[in-house]
Amino acid sequence: MSANQDDANLLEVRGLTKTFGTLTACDHIDLNVAKGEIHALLGENGAGKSTLVKMLFGTLEPNSGEIVWNGQAVTITNPGFAKNLGIGMVFQHFSLFEALTAAENIALSLDDGSPISTIAAKARALSYSYGLPLDPQSLVGDLSVGERQRIEIIRCLLQTPQLIILDEPTSVLTPQEADKLFETLERLRSEGKSILYISHRLEEVKRICDRATVLRHGKVVGHCNPRKETAASLARMMVGTDVQAVVRAPAQGIETAQPLLEIRALSRKPATPFSIPLRDINLAVRAGEVIGIAGVAGNGQGEFFESVSGEVQQQDAASVRIRGKDAGGLSITGRRLMGAAFVPEERLGHGAAPRMKLSENLLLSRHATDGKVFVGAGGMVKSDAIYAAAQRIIKAMDVRKSTPDPEAAALSGGNLQKFIVGRELDRRPSVMVVNQPTWGVDAGAAAHIRQTLIELARSGSAVLVISQDLDELFEISDAIAVMHNGELSKPLPIAEATFEKIGLLMGGAEPGHAEHALETS
Amino acid sequence: MDITVNILLTIATAATPLLLAAIGELVVERSGVLNLGVEGMMIMGAVGGFGAGYLTGSPWIGLLAAIALGAVFSLLFAVMTLSLATNQVATGLSLTLLGLGLSGMMGTSFVGQPGARLPNLDIPGLTAIPVIGRLLFGQDPIFYISIALTAAVMWFLFKTRTGLTLRSIGDSHTSAHALGIQVIRYRYLAVIFGGACAGLAGGHLSLVYTPQWVENMTAGRGWIALALVVFASWRPWRVLAGAYIFGAVWIGQLHAQAFGIPVPSQLLSSLPYLATIVVLVLISRNKRLTMMNTPASLGQPFVPDR
Repeated sequence: MSANQDDANLLEVRGLTKTFGTLTACDHIDLNVAKGEIHALLGENGAGKSTLVKMLFGTLEPNSGEIVWNGQAVTITNPGFAKNLGIGMVFQHFSLFEALTAAENIALSLDDGSPISTIAAKARALSYSYGLPLDPQSLVGDLSVGERQRIEIIRCLLQTPQLIILDEPTSVLTPQEADKLFETLERLRSEGKSILYISHRLEEVKRICDRATVLRHGKVVGHCNPRKETAASLARMMVGTDVQAVVRAPAQGIETAQPLLEIRALSRKPATPFSIPLRDINLAVRAGEVIGIAGVAGNGQGEFFESVSGEVQQQDAASVRIRGKDAGGLSITGRRLMGAAFVPEERLGHGAAPRMKLSENLLLSRHATDGKVFVGAGGMVKSDAIYAAAQRIIKAMDVRKSTPDPEAAALSGGNLQKFIVGRELDRRPSVMVVNQPTWGVDAGAAAHIRQTLIELARSGSAVLVISQDLDELFEISDAIAVMHNGELSKPLPIAEATFEKIGLLMGGAEPGHAEHALETS
Repeated sequence: MDITVNILLTIATAATPLLLAAIGELVVERSGVLNLGVEGMMIMGAVGGFGAGYLTGSPWIGLLAAIALGAVFSLLFAVMTLSLATNQVATGLSLTLLGLGLSGMMGTSFVGQPGARLPNLDIPGLTAIPVIGRLLFGQDPIFYISIALTAAVMWFLFKTRTGLTLRSIGDSHTSAHALGIQVIRYRYLAVIFGGACAGLAGGHLSLVYTPQWVENMTAGRGWIALALVVFASWRPWRVLAGAYIFGAVWIGQLHAQAFGIPVPSQLLSSLPYLATIVVLVLISRNKRLTMMNTPASLGQPFVPDR
């Protein structure tokens, strides 16, 4: 191979366009990935990153534009074709089979016909050589999200691709696991492979990427060398405007304040063979404070939220106490009537009914707590009062919409999340429990939501936030507890918490061990 | 002694069509497709098998015709649900209704005619061995096919790469598609295999069980086969066990009725269903194994977004 060819681009994308109905997800995208580089694809949620890589991997068909691979124009019709070209992909939403073992999952993506027994050995050897240890015989349904990602990566590497596409790979990893991944990526780069790295985490892009292409609203808005940029300048390119920093006023008198939400010895058996049991969880959230719960996805956070919100009720009524009274035996409505408010993780279908208007969604969640205002004599709904309340929330939270009272599904993810959070805040709840408050929400809206959560706490409420986003938790929490394998650590006051300590807890180290590991390192 | 052997032979004859139809449907459902048209495909196999055997005088041609008719009939289901992505439940139900009606129409001239019967195996020396001779070496050819097919399906699903691919499609067709697996092609082949098995099961009824044509002669066996697959949690050897338990209790209660046991005959008739459900539920108590073997994408149409 001549030096000239070494400099050539492995992949060139010219004018690639994809429309869904009236929405242009990708609008004339140009992108070059050179051999042996880690190229970042930056952009907020909904900027078109995932759509672009799906077209590169053959799961979506572009409306127009050209893909040039190794100097030749190609039409990638299906994932099998992309694989044969030498494109490998690690998906954001995993493409694994839960009922099969790790080795079987890997075998499925290899076409060479080698028996499963040799694939298991190959996978084990490769996984250890890249520092991603893997037990080939384990069932995927039993594995943590981080372990599943290892399988995806090993599976991709076993195909010896020239270009590896990673879609938000670190969103499910602990900081330590992410470090391991970066080492792997740097090693792959040194072997001459190219990597297209999709992320919205600016620090890691600055750390490992050679070049970056920034997308906004489906268009390329710039190319840059991320090492020469600051996180703030990259954020400005992604968002288009400056993002306001969240201000956290110091909490006062928390130590003496009353606990408004108490969890006592909460345990729960797994509902399905693949779900996580809760093990003896204890936690108190006092008036005026924000407590964050960190953890790698799939460690029991969803089960914990269901138990606290009342979607699943407890045998022991004292295991959940709201404002000093037992609430474990109550339903969601019962707990709401005691002054609590809940925002679940999924916006559509859980936090809101997609095909119903915002005002109708408001009535659905607050018909009991605000019965006097919203429901009149004989059970007739007071449409005017509900409409006015919906407009009040829309104004307070700056929800952007096309019609005065649109269907929930018509809003963008960020705007709907603002409405759902606003709907609960509007009640001035004394206990607020939020699961993934800003997942998939653009930076501006996320900052707004975080700020309102802090302000609610400072006005005398207890706020509990479950999140996978460590940056977010460090921004808003007064103390952070970590959930791992259904157990909850003691909350660590924010002044003592570091990424390293929290990361070790997320990986399953005992609190004591975490201290120890830090002292010796 | 002879009575025992005879009873065992009739049990095998009663169980064979159930086993064949169920093992075919098992492969279909393992690929993530729910074909409720088993009864319809089975009756088409029965009428086709009888007709071809009657017209040509050769039960072997009848056997091939039964397989072919079941397969062709299932192709109709495959085109509808896989290529046109129609609702699998509704399409399967209409397939059953269509099969029952169509077979009745095709078979009007066959009613009351004597049919050709597939001869039992007869190996000189071996078949004459007392007791086990007739059980092992003296049954009808479809019995041997059904046992061999069960073993083959077990080996295929759990020991071969193609079987692994088929199971993966049943677990998650979107993931399989993302890996470059031809989801629709695999499902077509699975559905046609299921149709051929159901056709063969029907052929067994009209070429072995009762070598004649009677309208509606499948008498709900297709539905029992469907239930067997679910209660056997999609595992071949359990389907085999279920089919034979059903066959045994079925034959047993017939004999009980003949002896005049003072129990209402309706209650006796319901025994095979009860016994099969109880036994299969008892062996499926392991929730985890059931979860692992249940095809998670069962019944969902696959339409890749483009």
